[in-house]
Amino acid sequence: MFMKHFRLIIIGGGPAGLSAAKIAAESGVKSLIIERDFKLGGQLVKQTHMFFGSEKQYAKTRGINIAKILINDVEQNINMITVMKNTTVVGLYEDNVLTVLQGETYTKISFDSLVVATGASEKFLAFENNDLPGIYGAGAVQTLMNVHGVLPGEKVVMIGSGNIGLIVSYQLLQAGVNVLKVLEAAPTIGGYKVHASKLKRLGVDILTNHSIKKAIGKDKLEKILVSELDDKWEFIEGSEFEIETDALCISVGLSPMGNLLSMIGAEMKYISKLGGLVPVIDHHHETTIKNIYVAGDVCGVEEASSAIVEGYLTGLLVSERLGFRHKDFDNLYDDYNSQLDNLRSGPFGVRTLEGLQELRGERNVK
Amino acid sequence: MLNKTGVPTLEEIKSRFPKKGLLIKHKAITECYEEIPCNPCATSCPFNAIHIGEDINTPPKVDFNNCVGCGICVYSCPGLAIFTVEEHSDHLRFKIPFEFVPYPKQGETWHGVNRNGDIITNVDILKVSITEKYDKTALIEVKVDKEFIHDFVTIRRIT
Ligand SMILES: Cc1cc2nc3c(=O)[nH]c(=O)nc-3n(C[C@H](O)[C@H](O)[C@H](O)COP(=O)(O)OP(=O)(O)OC[C@H]3O[C@@H](n4cnc5c(N)ncnc54)[C@H](O)[C@@H]3O)c2cc1C
Ligand code: SF4
Ligand code: SF4
Repeated sequence: MFMKHFRLIIIGGGPAGLSAAKIAAESGVKSLIIERDFKLGGQLVKQTHMFFGSEKQYAKTRGINIAKILINDVEQNINMITVMKNTTVVGLYEDNVLTVLQGETYTKISFDSLVVATGASEKFLAFENNDLPGIYGAGAVQTLMNVHGVLPGEKVVMIGSGNIGLIVSYQLLQAGVNVLKVLEAAPTIGGYKVHASKLKRLGVDILTNHSIKKAIGKDKLEKILVSELDDKWEFIEGSEFEIETDALCISVGLSPMGNLLSMIGAEMKYISKLGGLVPVIDHHHETTIKNIYVAGDVCGVEEASSAIVEGYLTGLLVSERLGFRHKDFDNLYDDYNSQLDNLRSGPFGVRTLEGLQELRGERNVK
Repeated sequence: MLNKTGVPTLEEIKSRFPKKGLLIKHKAITECYEEIPCNPCATSCPFNAIHIGEDINTPPKVDFNNCVGCGICVYSCPGLAIFTVEEHSDHLRFKIPFEFVPYPKQGETWHGVNRNGDIITNVDILKVSITEKYDKTALIEVKVDKEFIHDFVTIRRIT
């Protein structure tokens, strides 16, 4: 059977994948973006809030509008970039071949180079009855609300005070949902304090050193049992109390989605500062499997701002390896690297830097 | 405090206000205490009055001599961490960001709320600005009693 071939395939149409395709196109490399969702944009399409970061990476623009800009960049390049939506990459093999599932049809496609930009998936939290209806991940709540316009309930308790937990709580309030409490197991708030202050002035308490012990309800969530935690993250006996709620939203972090890379035997390392299991990569963002590159949250959970710049950088490097050197290569290379350095220099970004050092034993490999 | 509850201390709050006498015209107060990779306040100010500098993680610093109190940074800040304040002989005027619909209307009375989320007073809505450029963050000018200069932070509809 005749197999379709592309010089460059990009798995994932989030900010990292879209940016990689754009710079590849500018360099003269035609590519195929494969996206399992019905639309491009990745996590961004769910974000109705203004973004942080520098204006270079579209800060203060709402996530959903950043998605529009990036998608538009890709659509401008219709001759250079092919897009397959509603298509999931299910297999990755040696000899530069991958399998996609489209509806019920499996197809094989081959490539010279591959960029894996599959993003990250939400972590679960183990507690009694965590499968009761009314318990959602933060991503699901955002999709329900911001993409489909459906509310998860009238009242909700948020578990996790990282940026996602704080932002989704704020979006729930904007949608008219009563956010009862934000629970945080750690002794301090995880996300940016400006987000926390925003919630607090709206009357939402953030309880640090607290977590859920179990969910209670017959056919659906009715209440939760909350307990205080000590410094060793152990529940403190006798500190339990109940909160009546009809929804629970869980936002305890993301982990990189590198299962396709594991499948093909790329070397992976567990680095908690990067969110979990991440591929080992070199300065060109190439994994230990030749011609397979990564960009964005899949190689360390960060932010859209860094995913965009990483996408650009990877697109630039992959194209050069393919023999298509961008006419402005040197300037862009320096610019992208300094943007990434800058983003990763504060107390939040330093986690990523340290994680990357752990990954490669040196600075700025990602 | 800020780390555990999201509420800054009075000291922290005061540290962002200018010296006495400068508030005869609206000035921007940036309640952004933490090093985060963010800078739209600085890049949005047409008068170069907010300084962050090379390292995007540096917290913003307002040059009160350059700030004209226009409020552009107020609706540009994704953290909703900036407001402006102006002192009159018998009241204060604040310009605050607001993202809940329906927006207030000029002439209405709303509750005034502190950083803890408690209602502390009633305030008059003087002006509501929202255009395409504001991208859904309205700029609301309110009249507040003088004693609440370090307490007032937002408004809540009276129900
Ligand atoms: C609530 C929330 C708030 C946020 N706020 C900010 C913010 O203020 N500022 C900021 O900079 N960042 C923010 N982020 C983070 C930002 O959205 C992510 O870091 C960014 O989207 C990561 O980009 P990515 O391209 O690596 O991955 P993603 O956006 O996750 O995109 C990956 C894409 O790959 C697709 N995919 C995965 N597997 C396959 C497969 N096998 N086959 C085909 N397609 C596949 C997915 O469907 C998805 O579209 C926020 C995130 C959340 C959830
Ligand atoms: S109020 Fe206007 S002049 Fe003052 S800092 Fe903000 S944007 Fe600049
Ligand atoms: S835009 Fe707002 S959150 Fe960002 S640095 Fe400026 S004041 Fe802080």
